[in-house]
Amino acid sequence: MANHTRPLSPHLQVYRWQLTMVLSITHRATGLVLSAALVPLVGWLLAAATGPEAFATANAILASVPGQLMLAAVSFAFYYHLCNGIRHLVWDAGWWLDIPEVYASGWSVVAAAIVLTVLTWAAIWGLLGGAS
Amino acid sequence: MSRRTPLGRALGLGSAKEGVQHWWSQRTSAVALIPLGLWFAVSLVLLATDGGLDHAAVTAWIASPVHAVLLLLLVATACHHSRLGVQVVVEDYVHLEWAKVASLLLSTFVHFLLAAAGLYAILRIAFAGAGA
Repeated sequence: MANHTRPLSPHLQVYRWQLTMVLSITHRATGLVLSAALVPLVGWLLAAATGPEAFATANAILASVPGQLMLAAVSFAFYYHLCNGIRHLVWDAGWWLDIPEVYASGWSVVAAAIVLTVLTWAAIWGLLGGAS
Repeated sequence: MSRRTPLGRALGLGSAKEGVQHWWSQRTSAVALIPLGLWFAVSLVLLATDGGLDHAAVTAWIASPVHAVLLLLLVATACHHSRLGVQVVVEDYVHLEWAKVASLLLSTFVHFLLAAAGLYAILRIAFAGAGA
């Protein structure tokens, strides 16, 4: 068992919040959101394989307000995890590891995830006017 | 001077007995999911804007050989990547040995179930035109 009379490293809550730690925990949180999103994805595919009625029911659930909120959250989680995952792969290659680069790439990931999410929903709602 | 045995150093498996296999598998699936995920996101937006996600349009899209194979790869790779990620989260936060082992077993079974169900749904749609 742990010996709690020893000095411990500072707890999370005494740290000043910084971009790097927020992005790190958000990467893990969005990963878990995407893991959970595998359930509706597989359910949607099974509904499509079952038939038109089951598929219409699945799409009605996704089109409801909770369904749309879920899809909005999943789409942001997808784009964030994608962009920040690429940032992690760049780090694994040994690049962008200096503090200014870590912050620049971090803010870029936040901006890219928001822009891609907004663009996706603008396209779905027909706000871009391109596909007609 | 290292006290590791020459055999232990050659095998390179360390105390976890699996070496860097988990790390590499997570990165390999991450790299694969960049094009697969972007392709699926763009496809979903195009499907939603073109056909309004009706059953005939979506199943015809899935049944096309290229789409079916890419979708099989996406579901399999996403389930694999998700299982690796959830495993790390469980190992980080669940410290009771029995609870950790139970969580890892549950995660493994659920991920294999999701993968099997997803692959079955895609194959059933893809082969529906050829067989029944």
